[in-house]
Amino acid sequence: MSKANLLDRRQVVATLLANRKDVVAIGGLGASTNDITAAGDHPRNFYLWGGMGGAAMIGLGLALAQPKLPVLVVTGDGEMLMGMGAFATIGLQKPANLSIVVLDNECYGETGGQTSHTSVTADLVGVAKACGIADSRAISTMAEVEAFAKSVQDLSAGPRFANVKIDNAELKRILPTRDGAYVVNRLRGDLGFQPI
Amino acid sequence: MQAQTDTAPLWPEEIFAALQRFEVRQVAYVPDAGHTQLIKRVLASSTMRGIPLTTEEEGVALLAGAWAGGQRGVLLMQSSGVGNCINMLSLVPMLHFPFLTLVTMRGEWGEFNPWQVPMGSTTQGVLELSGVKVLRVSNAAEVPDVLQAAASQAYNALTPTAVLLSQRLIGAKVFTK
Repeated sequence: MSKANLLDRRQVVATLLANRKDVVAIGGLGASTNDITAAGDHPRNFYLWGGMGGAAMIGLGLALAQPKLPVLVVTGDGEMLMGMGAFATIGLQKPANLSIVVLDNECYGETGGQTSHTSVTADLVGVAKACGIADSRAISTMAEVEAFAKSVQDLSAGPRFANVKIDNAELKRILPTRDGAYVVNRLRGDLGFQPI
Repeated sequence: MQAQTDTAPLWPEEIFAALQRFEVRQVAYVPDAGHTQLIKRVLASSTMRGIPLTTEEEGVALLAGAWAGGQRGVLLMQSSGVGNCINMLSLVPMLHFPFLTLVTMRGEWGEFNPWQVPMGSTTQGVLELSGVKVLRVSNAAEVPDVLQAAASQAYNALTPTAVLLSQRLIGAKVFTK
C-alpha cells in the first residue's frame, strides 16, 4: 500500500550522488542499481545484477581496502534483509568511511510487489544500531537525505546507516551494463590499479 | 574439545606464510576448530585483517569488494559453510576477481557426528559445480606445495580455487566423555 509523503527514490539517489566527489557507489540488486544509473553512469559506480544480500559486504571489503575513500552502498529493503548479518560484521569492523542507505519501499518491487518484513515489523535502523552501527537514522524528508549525503564525505565518523522510506511506484527501468567484470576493472582502473 | 597435542602443528604456520607471501590483506572467516591456529596468527598480524563473518557467503562478497579496492583476500571456513556460499559464488565469474578459500573438512575420515556427513560429502561437488577448482591436502607434508599452487593460480591466473584441508590432516574431532 502506498502511503502519503513518501520520498521519490530517484530524487533520493540523485541527491546522495549530486556532489559525490571521490565516492564509490555500490548499487544492490534490483531497482537500487538502476537508481544509481539514472543519477549518471560513473567509473566509480559498482552495479550489481545478482548476489542478493551481498551489497553491504562488497561495500565493507572496498571500504577496508580504501580507507581514504568514501564508500556508499545503496540497496533495497529486500536485499538488505537477505544479508542482515552484514550489519553485525560491519558493526564489528567499524569502517569509518562506509555508509549504507536502504531505499525502503516495504516490498519486493522486482518480483511483483510482495510486501517485505519492513512493511509490518522489521526495523532495520534498530537492527543496525543493535549491531553497533551507532549512526543509524530513519529518514523521511529530503532535508535529512541532504544532511546524510554531506556526512558520507566525512571519513572519520562512520560506519553509518540510513533507512529511507520511499514510495513503491515502479519507475521506468534505466539499466546499467550487465558486464560485471567491466564494471570492476573500470573502477580498479579509476583507482589506479593495473589489470592483472 | 579438540584433541590436544603437546606441540602445535607446523602446517598452519605454513599456510600463514603462503598468505603473507601472496600479500593477502583481508582474511574473512567463520571459525572452525581446524583453523584455530591460523586465525590466531592472522588476528595478531600487522599486515592482515581478520574479519569474522556471521555466515560464509558474506566472505565471498567481501572479497569481491576487497579486490575492487585493490586488495587480495581469502575465505576460511568449514565444509558446512560451502553450502551457505552457493548463490554468492556467482559473483566470482561475473566480477572476475581472485577467489581463494581454505576449507577444513568435516564429515569424512573418522567423523563421529553423522550430521556433518551430508554436507561434507557434497563439499567438493558443490565447489566444482560452482566453478571453483578443488585441491586437496591429506597430510602435513603437502601443505606448502598445495598452498603455493592454490594461491598462485587464484591470484595470478584468476582461477577460483578451494583447498580442502582433510579431516585426516586436521585430526578427526573428538569429544571427551
